[in-house]
Amino acid sequence: MVILAGVLAGFLDRWILLRNDYRHYPTYPHGHLTHLALGFIAASLGAVAVPAIAEPDFVAVTFLVLAAQQFREIRNMERETLNKLEETKLVPRGQDYIEGIARVFEARNYLVILTALVSSTVVHLWGWPYALIAGPLCILFSGRLMSGSFIGDIAKIEKAELHFEGAILKVNDVVIMNVGLPMTREKILQEGMGVIIKPKDDNARLSLHAPGQRLAIIHDLVSILGTKVDINETELMPMARKQVDKGYLALFLLANEPDIDYLIEIIKKVPVLETTRGTTLSSFFGRKAAD
Amino acid sequence: MDTGIKEYILAIITQDMELVNGGGCPVFLAANQEEQEKIAIYISRILGGIVHDLENGVYFICKH
Repeated sequence: MVILAGVLAGFLDRWILLRNDYRHYPTYPHGHLTHLALGFIAASLGAVAVPAIAEPDFVAVTFLVLAAQQFREIRNMERETLNKLEETKLVPRGQDYIEGIARVFEARNYLVILTALVSSTVVHLWGWPYALIAGPLCILFSGRLMSGSFIGDIAKIEKAELHFEGAILKVNDVVIMNVGLPMTREKILQEGMGVIIKPKDDNARLSLHAPGQRLAIIHDLVSILGTKVDINETELMPMARKQVDKGYLALFLLANEPDIDYLIEIIKKVPVLETTRGTTLSSFFGRKAAD
Repeated sequence: MDTGIKEYILAIITQDMELVNGGGCPVFLAANQEEQEKIAIYISRILGGIVHDLENGVYFICKH
């Protein structure tokens, strides 16, 4: 009963955390199965820990700790797969995003172990009805823990105007690139969309400064709205460039679904990557320099 | 793996040879604006590069 409760709670946790969204990886049935299976193993590990200690069977506990090490492999597995896929992508995800995804996948399994451990402890101490409270609480807690901040929290996104100065494409006052062909210029003016992403504070400015974060924004946009880039036709590549003096970003995109309102909504929902998150305001000199 | 040459001028398309000097890449002479744009499109599509305009009548192709 103790083990069953733990396994069930842990497995459910993994299932719920494995959101099936087209932006999120994996979107493939096989990827799903792999992660559910690993989640099940993680849940079993967490669930048998308490009975093993209670027995007491310390050899079993030692083995459990060893087994938990295996979950480090998940990060490598995800990273490797995503890196392989990256080579054939027209609009890359970027190393920072891949690293972020890989970490999240690893961390989720530890949360599953924790959930299973807590649920089985509760059952062991007080009986199974309490697992019905502890399990959902843990699942809720891990859901809360796994949701980081989003671009919408750290920046304001505004519509902006695309225009040309000679051959230079600009979004408001930010230079994007040099476009040579008059034909392409016209296409960009007609179908292109531009937004300005204004950071709310110095931390946000540093986050947006990281090229990895910009690639993540662009990748999410493109995977939802589509892009008019093709192999050997890279002129309409979406781009995010910084206003170097003021620190805000300008983003330019030619989408298959040109809907600027949703474009802004999508940018708001892009996660702030762990690896690029700016933390200057938590350092002494950073705070001093900010004002 | 992609092993193309990047961040390098792959071809220059001009109407006036006076404006281009030196070597390193092929230079195409076009008779008029229309022909210049056409050559530029063809080469850029074939090489997967982007056409840039120096705003003095010289186009060049570069891959990024």
